[in-house]
Amino acid sequence: MSFLSISNLTVEYPGPLGTFTAVKNASLTVARGEILGIVGESGAGKSTIGNAIMGLLDHPGRVSGGEIIFDGERLNPADDRAMRGLRGKRISMIFQDPMTSLNPLFTVGEQLIETIRTHKRLSADEARKNAIELLASVGIASPEERIDHYPHQFSGGMRQRVVIALVLCSDPDLIIADEPTTALDVSVQAQILDLIKSLVATRNVGVILVTHDMGVIAETTDRVVMMYKGEVVETGETAQIIHAPKQAYTKSLISAVPRGDRRLDRFPGVSFLEADRPAEPKLGGWWFDNTNQMPAITDEPLVTVRNLGLRFTTRHALLPSYRRYFNAVKDVSFQIRRGEVLGLVGESGSGKSSIAKLLTQIYKPSSGEIRFGEHRLGTLTAREQKLLRSQIQMIFQDPYSSLNPRMSVERIIAEPIRHHANASGAEIAKLVHELLEIVGLGAAAAKKFPHEFSGGQRQRIAIARALATRPRFLICDEPTSALDVSIQAQILNLLKDLRDALDLTVLFISHDLPVVRQMCDRIIVMRDGQIVETSQAEHFFESPQTDYSRDLLRLMPRMPSRT
Amino acid sequence: MLFYLLRRLFQSAIVLAVVAFGSFMMFRFMGDPVAQLVSEETTLADRALIRQSLGLDDPLIVQFGHFAARVVQGEFGLSYQMGQPVMRLIAERLPATLELSFVAFSLALLIGIPLGVFAGLKPNSIITRVIMILSLAGISMPTFFVGLLLMVYFGVELAILPTFGRGETVDLGFWTTGFLTKSGWLSIILPAVTLGLFQLTFIMRLVRAEMLEVMRADFIRFARARGLPARRIHFRHALKNTLVPVMTIAGLQFGSIIAFGIITESVFQWPGIGLLFLQAISAVDIPVVSTYLLLVAVIFVVVNLIVDMLYYMVDPRLRVGAK
Repeated sequence: MSFLSISNLTVEYPGPLGTFTAVKNASLTVARGEILGIVGESGAGKSTIGNAIMGLLDHPGRVSGGEIIFDGERLNPADDRAMRGLRGKRISMIFQDPMTSLNPLFTVGEQLIETIRTHKRLSADEARKNAIELLASVGIASPEERIDHYPHQFSGGMRQRVVIALVLCSDPDLIIADEPTTALDVSVQAQILDLIKSLVATRNVGVILVTHDMGVIAETTDRVVMMYKGEVVETGETAQIIHAPKQAYTKSLISAVPRGDRRLDRFPGVSFLEADRPAEPKLGGWWFDNTNQMPAITDEPLVTVRNLGLRFTTRHALLPSYRRYFNAVKDVSFQIRRGEVLGLVGESGSGKSSIAKLLTQIYKPSSGEIRFGEHRLGTLTAREQKLLRSQIQMIFQDPYSSLNPRMSVERIIAEPIRHHANASGAEIAKLVHELLEIVGLGAAAAKKFPHEFSGGQRQRIAIARALATRPRFLICDEPTSALDVSIQAQILNLLKDLRDALDLTVLFISHDLPVVRQMCDRIIVMRDGQIVETSQAEHFFESPQTDYSRDLLRLMPRMPSRT
Repeated sequence: MLFYLLRRLFQSAIVLAVVAFGSFMMFRFMGDPVAQLVSEETTLADRALIRQSLGLDDPLIVQFGHFAARVVQGEFGLSYQMGQPVMRLIAERLPATLELSFVAFSLALLIGIPLGVFAGLKPNSIITRVIMILSLAGISMPTFFVGLLLMVYFGVELAILPTFGRGETVDLGFWTTGFLTKSGWLSIILPAVTLGLFQLTFIMRLVRAEMLEVMRADFIRFARARGLPARRIHFRHALKNTLVPVMTIAGLQFGSIIAFGIITESVFQWPGIGLLFLQAISAVDIPVVSTYLLLVAVIFVVVNLIVDMLYYMVDPRLRVGAK
């Protein structure tokens, strides 16, 4: 029995440059006790559907066609007064980022009690009791005490539980969850998804789960709506969509999801999108033939880290005994051999990114040493230091904030060359064009600015910039976690090609185990600043050595195996 | 918290010491003090004797030490012009300035914040546009000009409000107040509006900008999605989040209202410390000028310290024991 049905929904955003249609003739239904997944890449219009149901479309968006029928009544999202009666009361919404969905200046109790009393006639004391029960029901330990804490005193996963408790305040019939676990670690993600599943079972609510993650879809939903560029491409049972997709787009998207169960040579591209697939990187030109100025590094390994420690002071005090410290990295030792791709995995807060910052000398180690070849970091002369920096380059997670929006692509890529090499303007321009060809953007991109490119293209620019100094060692910090699946496949293929062609050594930091399996030769698992396990990649995935690794692997959302 | 407070106090002490040194040096730049004390017939030997007895031959640092010790004890010397202790002169004038600043600042907050909230919530309404244009006028017109306009209209044309002085005041012993008489209240209106207008428009524009920013935040969207009433979202969830930056600026503004209400005080002949300062400058009354400098520094330091403490009250993330 479907109690929400949407037929031929069209949402438009009128703008000065013409009307943008975010959703085109979309139809779907949700029944009580059912989890419907809406999946698609960014720009597919999946979040817009959720916002349209809630009547929360951003200005100037409007529903220009079709109808939404909820429990036998036709909704009019433009009628804000009527929507407010439903919003929160019968239909509720969970947002992506639990870190920003709670008001930081009020305790969770204040926010819960406020919401409960908005929807139910209860005294303050009754509402508080009700709030404590809700916190307990979403799995928060010692709720009597936690209710008076502020949001920043909760971890990400705990905050998302609080968000879910807030959503349940009014006993809604329909919950729209917009990427509810995207910002969370895998272990927390599994817990939150389990919580949502159990809520559906116990409270008989309907859930619309909006996500880009096929693994989450496969493990959680009953039925799936696949969207592409505002249109529903395919609708069906989850198992059918994943095992026997009918449409070309669905097929290619599913094949692009990195697999956790097996290592492939290359990522299958999304052929549907890649009619004009960039050419394989062609190397050549003087820059890459040039022998490096750095004294040759002959003896392996390239990077040696010994007893590395990093400590932050969390409480300053005059007396040392009152000071408090946080050990971000504790006694970490490892080596990276030449030409190797070392994967660094672990949950947030495990110290992965701190290690990247130590290696790039953004942080100074509190103890231990880092050697690059035979040079010990921190003991070098200014000249050596500069040479060394040209050898170690980094690619960041977010291609939107890591490129200066006021600089042209040419200037962005030329900047490190100017700093490190003594080259003429013409040589630099030639090199920039070569680099752009190598990363598959083409020399024409040089004159444009970052905002003219999509996320995946920007990450290509970031890669070109990292390669500009002809580094030996590349640190990739979650290089694809901000990108769509199809784009992710392209970028990872590019990184693989470049690593082979340029003999790069790579430290690949990621929380995404399937991606790590596809990319890495060896894997280090970190937890709370310490190394838990070091293994060959395949060995790690086939027979993990520690309980923690086994947990990580068990919780990894998987696509059911397919042929 | 304690550590933080101590550190702030230490920083404040350094600021005050630097300002004290500045106001101490002022005495030396303004000519030889001995020459101002003696008549033309005094012999060089006598002058040297006076110089020595006043400690003017000591090394600079020692002299500064003596100066600082006296300042800490509240001794600022005698005014050249009026021959009275500077401390007493300032204490007589300070209530007038503080009352004027208080009223001006209250006006700025009580009108500026609601207008800012309104303009932030309804950025496209006609009323908002009118408010914004008027505020632009308020922010760009010089204070003395606003004061003169108000005087001409309310004081001369309509003749309903006094244009100078405090009116009748009541002496409470330690404090003379104009708040207890009708003429006192009438007299404070024009100078307070003049002094507060710039702050009002400034605070309004700041609140508006912060409001626009906060209303885009996820937690506001989530609050709407939970069905909370708009009034609660706007005045509870959004407004409190705009307060931290507004407090910082408002604190600084309050400091500058007290310290630099000079123009308004002189336009309206308001008998406050600003007017005292102006008179002291024209008479090269160094003790008064240097004491005024120190007082301004103390006001700013204290206001900033209070604002920092307020942060702790508003924002739980800054409180210790978190995490």
